[in-house]
Amino acid sequence: MIAVRGLKKKLAGQEILCGIDLTVAKGETLVIIGRSGGGKSVLLKHLVGLMHPDAGEIWIDGENIIGLSERKLAAIRRKVGILFQGGALFDSMTVEENIAFPLREAGERNPKTIREKVNEMLEVIELEGEQKKMPVNLSGGMKKRVGLARSIIRRPSCILYDEPTAGLDPVVSDSINRLIRRLQERFRVTSIVVTHDMKSAFHIADHIAYLHQGGIYFYGTPQELEISPDPLLQDFLLGRSER
Amino acid sequence: MFARFLTLLGTPVVSFFTYVGEVVVLASETFASIVAQKIRWRLFLHQIVEIGLRSQLVVMITGAFTGAVFAAQTFFQFNKLGMGSAVGAVVSVSVCRELGPVLTALMVTGRVGASMSAEIGTMKVTEQIDALRALAVHPIDYLVVPRTLAMMLSMPLLVAECIGIGIAAGYFVAIFLLDVNGTYYVANMVRWTQMRDIIMGLSKAFCFALLIVFISCHKGLTSREGAVGVGKATTEAVVDSSLAVLIFNFFLTMALNVIFPAGYQ
Ligand SMILES: Nc1ncnc2c1ncn2[C@@H]1O[C@H](COP(=O)(O)OP(=O)(O)OP(=O)(O)O)[C@@H](O)[C@H]1O
Ligand SMILES: [Mg+2]
Repeated sequence: MIAVRGLKKKLAGQEILCGIDLTVAKGETLVIIGRSGGGKSVLLKHLVGLMHPDAGEIWIDGENIIGLSERKLAAIRRKVGILFQGGALFDSMTVEENIAFPLREAGERNPKTIREKVNEMLEVIELEGEQKKMPVNLSGGMKKRVGLARSIIRRPSCILYDEPTAGLDPVVSDSINRLIRRLQERFRVTSIVVTHDMKSAFHIADHIAYLHQGGIYFYGTPQELEISPDPLLQDFLLGRSER
Repeated sequence: MFARFLTLLGTPVVSFFTYVGEVVVLASETFASIVAQKIRWRLFLHQIVEIGLRSQLVVMITGAFTGAVFAAQTFFQFNKLGMGSAVGAVVSVSVCRELGPVLTALMVTGRVGASMSAEIGTMKVTEQIDALRALAVHPIDYLVVPRTLAMMLSMPLLVAECIGIGIAAGYFVAIFLLDVNGTYYVANMVRWTQMRDIIMGLSKAFCFALLIVFISCHKGLTSREGAVGVGKATTEAVVDSSLAVLIFNFFLTMALNVIFPAGYQ
């Protein structure tokens, strides 16, 4: 479904990604972990063509997206939803309008259908009754959940989550994790999840990739990661700085 | 040494042409989108309200006081020659051909151009433009096209309004405050003001609309680095649009004067 080959990117003179290779099979969930500032968000943005790499290839559903025009990328982006780290809500629209935006853009006109789908999403993200609020009046965690609803409402076949549970309380975090799992089980959604939350990583991952110094340092199943003797990985898992 | 001098001279020239080129590319992409993509009429109507309706007061005041002061100044000079009743002709021709379009464009730049670049710039630095793109919506279709269409429609109407009010204010000042003979005033005005003067004013309005909208949207779309970047983009949008309006106005006057010559024939 998703394949990345030799992806390189320099930003402001600094090598952020230097040769990333990754494959995510259809219906699989890959969790990407790594130190803050390691380039995880940058990597996700490349996968939907929001950033253009200096070198490398990105294959989505058998199509190389490098060099596609913005209009051609639209077809890819309808298949691949992305949740931004900050939510990236449209601040001139209410919660309801934000969530309904992809539906309206897809040509859905019937207000009743739209309202039903929006309410269904609000229930999923546990924000019933907040339809009319503006994004400025939402907490960080609420924004993130609205952003999540917006990116999954059209049921893309692949979803990229940038820290879906950061800043959420443990209960809501758990329900988001369940949601990610459920989407995968029920609709065979392919997911890439960037997270710092190791509990949720182990809960949802089929594979885990550890991004370090612009490359994939480790790739394997959660079990393999857990028993890995590598000190770098153990430090990360246990949250140890300098020994 | 000489090479250094050339680079020093060349860099601003190159960046100027790059800038102009980017604005032209934005304009051509916008027109391509207007032709080929579906147009979001709701957003267009929203922009009409924002640009057309909310500019009413500003444009009225601009028109009224420009017409009034121009009538007064012209009268002070012309009255010495006993030509007080010619004031109407002078006011109406110059308001139609120059003052109406230019002053309206400058006011619209300050009001609308600034808010366009600030709004789009904020969307840019807060990842909202990326979010649009990620949801398979082209920012030009969604942001630039409705604004362009709204400007193309609103500007000629605003300028027409400004001209009308300017002429009315000139009449008011001349007749009621300066005691010019109303019949002669109107007769002279109608005799010397031609359809082509009005057409010229409205054509200018249309060109200025495009200048303002493309420069402002371009500044917004290319803004970077947080609140400071947005502030900078907004200031630059207003300055660049205003300068572009004033510079283009001269060339438009020269060009349009060939098609719509001034004066009585
Ligand atoms: N638009 C940009 N221009 C220049 N540098 C950038 C840009 N975006 C990101 N960077 C740099 O790229 C590096 C990686 O950033 P990124 O946001 O991908 O980190 P991250 O792994 O997502 O971190 P976190 O876990 O804190 O979200 C950082 O050093 C950042 O400064
Ligand atoms: Mg990040």
